[in-house]
Amino acid sequence: MLRLHDVSAGYGTFQALWNVELEVRAGEAVAVVGPNGAGKTTLLRAVSGQLPLREGDLEMEGRSLRGLAPHRFVQAGIAHCPENRRLFPRMTVEDNLKMGAFIPEARRHYAERLAWVYGLFPRLRERRGQIAGTLSGGEQQMCAIGRALMSRPRLLLLDEPSAGLAPVIVRQVFELVRRIRDEGFTVLIVEQNIQQVLNLVDRAYLLEVGRVRASGTSAELRDNEFLRKAYLGI
Amino acid sequence: MTRWLLLAGLAVLVVLPFAGLPLYFLHLAILILIWGMIGTAWSYMGRFGLVSLGHGGFMGVAAYATALLWNEFHLVPWLGIPIGLLMSLLLALAIGYPAFRFRVVGHYFALVTLALGEVVRLSIIAAREHTGGSLGMTPERVQPPTDVSWYAMQFTDKRYFYFFALACWLLALWVWSRIDRSMARSALEAISEDEVAAASVGIHVTKEKLRVTLISAAFTGLGGVLLGLYQQYLNPESLSGIGISLEIVFAAIVGGMYSAPGPTIGAVLTILFRESLRTYFGVQLIGMAETIYGLLLILFIIFMPRGIYGALEAWLARRAATPPAAPSPGAAPIA
Amino acid sequence: MFDFFLLEAIMGGVLFGGVLALLSLGLNLVFGVIDVVWIAYAELVMVGMYTIYTFHSILGWPLYVAAPLGIAVVAVLGIAVHRLIIAPILDTPPINQLLATGGLLFFLQSFATLVFGSQFRNLGLTMPILEFYELYISFARLMAFCVAIVGIVGLYLFLRRTYVGTAIRAVAQDREVMSLMGVDTKRIYLITSAVGGGLAGLASVLLVLQQDVHPFIGLTFGPITFMICVLGGLGNLIGGFIAAFVISQVISIGSYYVSTELSYVIAFVLFIVAMFIRPEGLFQKRS
Repeated sequence: MLRLHDVSAGYGTFQALWNVELEVRAGEAVAVVGPNGAGKTTLLRAVSGQLPLREGDLEMEGRSLRGLAPHRFVQAGIAHCPENRRLFPRMTVEDNLKMGAFIPEARRHYAERLAWVYGLFPRLRERRGQIAGTLSGGEQQMCAIGRALMSRPRLLLLDEPSAGLAPVIVRQVFELVRRIRDEGFTVLIVEQNIQQVLNLVDRAYLLEVGRVRASGTSAELRDNEFLRKAYLGI
Repeated sequence: MTRWLLLAGLAVLVVLPFAGLPLYFLHLAILILIWGMIGTAWSYMGRFGLVSLGHGGFMGVAAYATALLWNEFHLVPWLGIPIGLLMSLLLALAIGYPAFRFRVVGHYFALVTLALGEVVRLSIIAAREHTGGSLGMTPERVQPPTDVSWYAMQFTDKRYFYFFALACWLLALWVWSRIDRSMARSALEAISEDEVAAASVGIHVTKEKLRVTLISAAFTGLGGVLLGLYQQYLNPESLSGIGISLEIVFAAIVGGMYSAPGPTIGAVLTILFRESLRTYFGVQLIGMAETIYGLLLILFIIFMPRGIYGALEAWLARRAATPPAAPSPGAAPIA
Repeated sequence: MFDFFLLEAIMGGVLFGGVLALLSLGLNLVFGVIDVVWIAYAELVMVGMYTIYTFHSILGWPLYVAAPLGIAVVAVLGIAVHRLIIAPILDTPPINQLLATGGLLFFLQSFATLVFGSQFRNLGLTMPILEFYELYISFARLMAFCVAIVGIVGLYLFLRRTYVGTAIRAVAQDREVMSLMGVDTKRIYLITSAVGGGLAGLASVLLVLQQDVHPFIGLTFGPITFMICVLGGLGNLIGGFIAAFVISQVISIGSYYVSTELSYVIAFVLFIVAMFIRPEGLFQKRS
């Protein structure tokens, strides 16, 4: 579904990604792991169109998206749930979700979408009138994911969903992601929490200093000698 | 080389009034020197991100103080001017200290200074029994009437004012170069980049900002006084309020506020431009001159934000620079 | 003894506050969403006033045609300001935006002088003075107040209930994230500029009924509008609304006891003092 071919990108004179090759097939859940500063968030921003590519190409379902404006990426079916949730703090849960369905295709079926998201996340329906800034960390993450789902994306990008959350909540969030995955969504998730995320996804890429150092199925990566020593502490 | 050029320029300026040029040119030269000084004074602050939209207030306070002290108490300008400047300084202190202490910055600071300029203007108008309100006031002619009065600083011959203005303008430029070479400059540049970081390395933010504000206010006040004395007429609209404050800012921007000659060049351009438009259109189309001026201002901000002098500097710098070497592909970026 | 004149002053202050509130809303909206202060905002109102004057007094069209046209013209002007002046310099230091709109202030003032001359123009309407238990209230002022309230309520409903309105509020809170949702922030800016211009246009309708218009009329209510916005917290619509009525009372009651100019001076001084107590505005939450 999604294919990144020889992608390089950066900020100003600083290059953050070098010759990245990445693929996500329909129905898969794929993770991008690696240490801080490896370029994981940069990668996601490139995939959602926030960051223009310096080199290489980005294809979604066979169509090249290179050079398009960010809102076209959403129309192409890519939804990005950003790092640290980034909810609209002074607006209600429902208003936040509403914003997720901004593109015309989604707005038309807005009520339907909203009902479906509430079905997935009943807690959000309970708190629909609450100001988003007052929600707990886990609820905020739920709301952020729900907001991204409002545009009925074919590919959901999750940027560090466990960031800043207590371990027990992190487990709940990953459970959520598993449910979304079971609903048939394709997910690309960026995470520092390698242990937990490898249990969740089919395949993963290891990104270090802007390059893909390793890739494979979760089982392969879990067995990878280098990975185990450096990242899993085994 | 530059030294000799500057000295030659100075010599030209000193000799100019005796070169037999029409009085009108001398008049323009005086205005250019005074407004150049005011623009330079504003740029003391402006170049460090302390954008004031109320500098007219300092002009008005000093000018009216001096004129009122003369008219009502017959206090000679030799004493009146220092008092007037002191008033400007006090005003700057009254606004500056709280503003900087409570970290009023950016848009908020600009609007506070705007309010200040308006306060001065409205106060002048409100005190109309003494100041003549919107109709303005004239300093009393010294009695018995004479062509040259050092006592009252009233001279029929423009050349006296020319040299006053020249001296003050040179002083303002000298102060600029002193600021340029001082620690204060680095401190203020640091503050304009990141106040919190600057404070954390021990820079006394409030003191530095206040110091440059006081210097700026003093010279601006001096400019107001000179204008009042030269034109023998004061008016709240032309010496305070948002209109004149914006004009000061624009001239500085057009010329370039980051360099010494910039504001003066801005003064030259705006005054010459205005005058030539006025002579071209005359009384036929009142407002045409200003309309074109306003339009040019907008275009300047959009396309030449560093002013003409700044753009010139940048262009010269680009020509002198060598193209940078291409980065090696194997270099690892900072993680 | 009950001082009726004081009561009239207070009432006048409330009515005046309505128009000031309307003005502050437009400015606050634009700042809250786009993060720019239109220094020339009052001059946009002036353009609206001249437009209505032209349509009604020069071309002879009825007021109920001239007024909506005036609003439309200023709304379009708002879009033009954003497209031509603000958008090119959106990423440059904020001072540039202040100065560019300042240049616009100059330009509009001189252009008005060029086209209409500097004399005062008036629609020539006489509005009745209403009498209410020994209180005299200008009908024009009362109507202006009512229309202003309608406009304010309309804006509130627009921002709260409609999709676009919610999007505008969202952009004000976090504009980066909005593009993640497929929102073209540029379009939102244009819509906001149109609404800001429209509000200025509405204010111009209300003012032109009560007052003369001349090229420098913007200087009479421009600075005070900025003060109100900053006092309430730049970008804070509710704060600006409250601040408008506070300031209008200061001016109105001040005018009654001392001169009008002094009452403005007092208002400005209060503003400056308030800035030192709470630099972000009295109602802004500390961020």
